[in-house]
Amino acid sequence: MLFTSYEFIGFLLAVFVIYYLLPGKMQWPFLLLASYAFYFIADPRYLIFIAVTSVTTFFAAKAISDKKIAFDTWFKGHKKEYEKEERKALKAAEKSKEKKIFLACLLLNLGILAVTKYTNFTIANINSIMSTFGSENGISFVDLIIPMGISFYTFQSMGYLIDVYNGKHEAQDNLFKYGLFVSFFPQLVQGPISRYSDLSKTLYEEHRFNWRTVSFGLERILWGFFKKLVIADRILVAVQAIIADTDTYNGFYAFAGAMFYALELYADFTGGIDITIGVAETMGIKVTENFIRPYFSKNIKEYWNRWHITMGTWFTDYIFYPISASQFMMKLSKKSRAKLGNNLGKRVPVYLSSFIVWFTTGIWHGASWNFIVWGLGNFVVIMISQELDPFYRWFHSKVKVAGTFGWKLFQVVRTVLIMSSLRMFDCYRDVPLTFKMFGSIFTDFSPSQLKVEAFTGMGLTVYDYAVVFVGMLILVGVSLVQRSGSVREKIATLSAPIRFVIWYGLFMATLIFGAYGIGYSASQFIYNQF
Amino acid sequence: MEELLEILGDLHPEVDFTTATGLVDGGILDSFDIVSLISEINEEFDVTIGAAELTPENFNSAEAIYALIKAKLDDED
Repeated sequence: MLFTSYEFIGFLLAVFVIYYLLPGKMQWPFLLLASYAFYFIADPRYLIFIAVTSVTTFFAAKAISDKKIAFDTWFKGHKKEYEKEERKALKAAEKSKEKKIFLACLLLNLGILAVTKYTNFTIANINSIMSTFGSENGISFVDLIIPMGISFYTFQSMGYLIDVYNGKHEAQDNLFKYGLFVSFFPQLVQGPISRYSDLSKTLYEEHRFNWRTVSFGLERILWGFFKKLVIADRILVAVQAIIADTDTYNGFYAFAGAMFYALELYADFTGGIDITIGVAETMGIKVTENFIRPYFSKNIKEYWNRWHITMGTWFTDYIFYPISASQFMMKLSKKSRAKLGNNLGKRVPVYLSSFIVWFTTGIWHGASWNFIVWGLGNFVVIMISQELDPFYRWFHSKVKVAGTFGWKLFQVVRTVLIMSSLRMFDCYRDVPLTFKMFGSIFTDFSPSQLKVEAFTGMGLTVYDYAVVFVGMLILVGVSLVQRSGSVREKIATLSAPIRFVIWYGLFMATLIFGAYGIGYSASQFIYNQF
Repeated sequence: MEELLEILGDLHPEVDFTTATGLVDGGILDSFDIVSLISEINEEFDVTIGAAELTPENFNSAEAIYALIKAKLDDED
């Protein structure tokens, strides 16, 4: 069920009405039912996967949490009976027991994710290696289903398990409540990857109908549809044309394609998240924000703090920090400092951890070398920018441009250009072709490519481009207003007729300019495939 | 505390760590800085800080970081 389908709107309406008609205590159980129904409609076979992840994580976390509480209680009463070293040994023995449960659950669930998503990728690579050595007998591909949103709900569940294991919070006592945390339908298909400590604050509460909350949620949903249908799905046509015919569309077209894709992905992904957050908000549930105007970032590091935030923090907290803080890295740090000197040596473990994180981020996005190279491309850019830090310090001590509008604009444009170039790996068939197309921007550029006819030959008319352009201006305008606080809060302070004009205008714009009807079909959200 | 301030000063010479707060929340210390910091702390104080302790609350000010180191050093129980 696509977010942009009539079925989804019908489903949403039914859920919304029943949700507010039910007694407060019945609201969260009903949401669990609705979430499983949503998943069932997508494919009944998916249910078993999400159920297995929910049940195993619930029981493992519960066992760890119960053991922790029991041990802490016992330890408080008995610690004076033991010497310091004995106390440490007791704690270590307890941690080791918890670790066994933790690792078993972690490996099982990551194993399911790996098998469903990466089996065929692994087979393809084995076959390719075998054919290099002259073997003609390749392994056949396996027909596996990839449950919708498996990367998202697996990461969300593993985050919960790790937090319980680390003692950040206690485990949830109710299997069904936990099941809702994993399967909550608005965020099931494309995130955000919520933390239990955040989502649980409002997920199980009783919510009475509140016009302000509901209207804010509806505004957010409408804004998401506007981004998705008016901008993303329209410019998608040109993006697909450019990447499908690389013989014709190289040089400047490849550059235009990268820029169009930057706009499409932003409008698509943030639009989808707006719908997710908006749907939850209409029911009084607060879902974590996933974007803070990422295209206004001054550098790539900042960009990754503002784009797909919940994924970034997940990788930082659950992969980057554990690897960096591991005993192995501490030893490596000491060794590299001794050999390479303090300054260079201390960067070795940081970069090694970062390399692992970006490799994982790449492969998480998709089982292909394109995504791996994209991930590593991010790593290289971040590393270079880190290494250039002394140069920038020197530069700013000599040239007083920091803080000026021109410099800020340069930084923003630089970020957008770098990120859009890296994302070309997302578009083209394979890695060599991506490099070729990127190179063609510099080698095959010709002024004749700037003709309007070339762009109208991509399946879009001048009118379409005009709609996309105006849509983009609205996006930029809204982002600029957002810098001084919530746009919806600002709209709420306006008089009723003006508010009505804004809502009606946005609604009609989505209805009239949305890319559907003959020649279009509202497409799947890009992040659904992850 | 002096040693810690020296380590922090090496990371960001432009910041006065004796008074600065909100180091993580305000974006002064990023994840790279924190990782460099814990390996320096490990070297200087012989204290191992685990991944679970790498929270904004523990790194928002020099004082908070020092309190974490002290708690680790005094780890009695």
